[in-house]
Amino acid sequence: MSAAVASTTTPSTGSGQWLRYRRYLPPLLIVVLWQVAASAGLIPTRTLASPAMIAGTFAELITSGELPRHLLVSLGRVATGLGIGIVVGTTFALIAGLSRRGEDLLDATLQMLRTLPFLALVPLFILWFGIGETPKIALVALGTMFPIYLTLFAGIRGVDAKLIEAGSTLGLSRREQLLHIVLPGALPSALVGLRYALGVAWLSLVVAEQINADSGVGFLVMSARDFLRTDIILVGLFVYAILGLSADQIVRVLERRVLAWRPSFLKD
Amino acid sequence: MNAHPALTARQHPVVQVSNLVRSFGQGSNVLDGLDLTIRSGEFVALLGRSGSGKSTLLRTLAGLDEAPAGTVTVPAERAVVFQEPRLIPWKRVWANVALGLRTADARERAAAALTEVGLNHRLDAWPLTLSGGEAQRAALARALVREPKLLLLDEPFAALDALTRLKTQGLVASLWRAHRPAVLLVTHDVDEALLLADRVLILDQGRIGFDLHVNLERPRRHGQPAFSSLRSRLLRELGVEEENPDEPVEELRAPARSRAPAASATRENHAVWAASTDALARS
Ligand SMILES: Nc1ncnc2c1ncn2[C@@H]1O[C@H](COP(=O)(O)OP(=O)(O)O)[C@@H](O)[C@H]1O
Ligand SMILES: [Mg+2]
Repeated sequence: MSAAVASTTTPSTGSGQWLRYRRYLPPLLIVVLWQVAASAGLIPTRTLASPAMIAGTFAELITSGELPRHLLVSLGRVATGLGIGIVVGTTFALIAGLSRRGEDLLDATLQMLRTLPFLALVPLFILWFGIGETPKIALVALGTMFPIYLTLFAGIRGVDAKLIEAGSTLGLSRREQLLHIVLPGALPSALVGLRYALGVAWLSLVVAEQINADSGVGFLVMSARDFLRTDIILVGLFVYAILGLSADQIVRVLERRVLAWRPSFLKD
Repeated sequence: MNAHPALTARQHPVVQVSNLVRSFGQGSNVLDGLDLTIRSGEFVALLGRSGSGKSTLLRTLAGLDEAPAGTVTVPAERAVVFQEPRLIPWKRVWANVALGLRTADARERAAAALTEVGLNHRLDAWPLTLSGGEAQRAALARALVREPKLLLLDEPFAALDALTRLKTQGLVASLWRAHRPAVLLVTHDVDEALLLADRVLILDQGRIGFDLHVNLERPRRHGQPAFSSLRSRLLRELGVEEENPDEPVEELRAPARSRAPAASATRENHAVWAASTDALARS
């Protein structure tokens, strides 16, 4: 704690560092209290494993290679599903966003489908695609396609008409308008969609893997339930959290790079 | 007195408009049989009430309005500066200026144009970091780098604070002297029109209702006797009663002024604004 005290006295970078790390203090405190309560016997391990147990199990699962194996399977599913979702969502958004006819063709249908809770399609997907990889990937793809479509479509339509007009007075062709004005203008919105899609991707994966799988982090968690291993379940949850956070972080870094022109990024 | 180059040579017309008619929806004609000729290198200012169709005319000349009736002849080499700079926020300043240039030396040309407007130190800046005046100068550079035969300016100074406006007006005058495009400047500021233009037109009821040749020596100044008398004449034509000829006429100037605080949102503009009020207080 002495570091924190020292840093408040150093003006610029030091206090900045302290402010950055200060927000991690409350969750840390919760973990400490949780461990204390578990050690004191206040929380039975069948209800909730202690942080120390979880850490031990985590290390064990990693060294045995079991967790990395399941993790790779899950990552593969998310990557494939997300990839398909992005490609399809982007294609639809470009078709609908760049032409009236495309909008008439696609938008109403997609807006209707969007209102459907897509996880409700799981039984149907199992009937159609069986219980292999296909229904899991399809579920991720379907779930991620909508946020990509919606935000990119809105982004394209939301590009300032005055900039497009300026572009045409500069003699830009339609292709150049798209390349230099419309698509970069839609990017901020599309990146919000990407971040949202990543969240949906994990959610669909959790559901898909828990219902029917023989590998993946979801499978690991579900089989742990059968043996009342709350420690393994919690390791699974922890892994999900880390994955979600890192995905979000990747998009943040991406935003910082490609949206460097925005005032919010210019300030820092 | 034919000292002015634009008046000495009987130059060929670059803009010829005849019987231009434009209406929106079921409304009456905004432009109603308008005729207009602008000669090469001529600086024309267009005055008119708000809503009289000045921007509509300018947009037609810019090729942004696709539905007018009548004949419009304009050069292919034309450029527009609007009231807002309309820089593309995700392109650095030099790339904004170079946008649409298809030569290998686009960056050098952009840099040269930006140097001319005094922005050579901001080539790699993001547009949103520019002050209002800088952004408008970048927009001028972006227009001039195309070497237009016709430069269309739609109230380009209206959103600038008073001091920046004066400086930018001076810049436009010197750029025009250096490059000699024909200029159509839409404005609602009589002084600005008289300061800059060879001819001042008034748009009224969908036509050019008044066409005044300004035979004043340059550089011009407010308060010169000839300036004041032309000013009174224009104000009369615009239907504004002049109570005290030395006072600015609020009906006409108020819109431009009321916009200034909005532009002064950026820090630099604040500074300029403060400087100008300081100067006023001291004088
Ligand atoms: N896109 C448009 N749709 C409908 N009406 C318009 C449009 N553009 C201009 N107008 C109308 O045409 C008239 C002239 O507008 P404008 O040329 O912008 O005037 P000015 O620039 O002289 O203030 C106004 O009454 C305005 O409402
Ligand atoms: Mg206007």
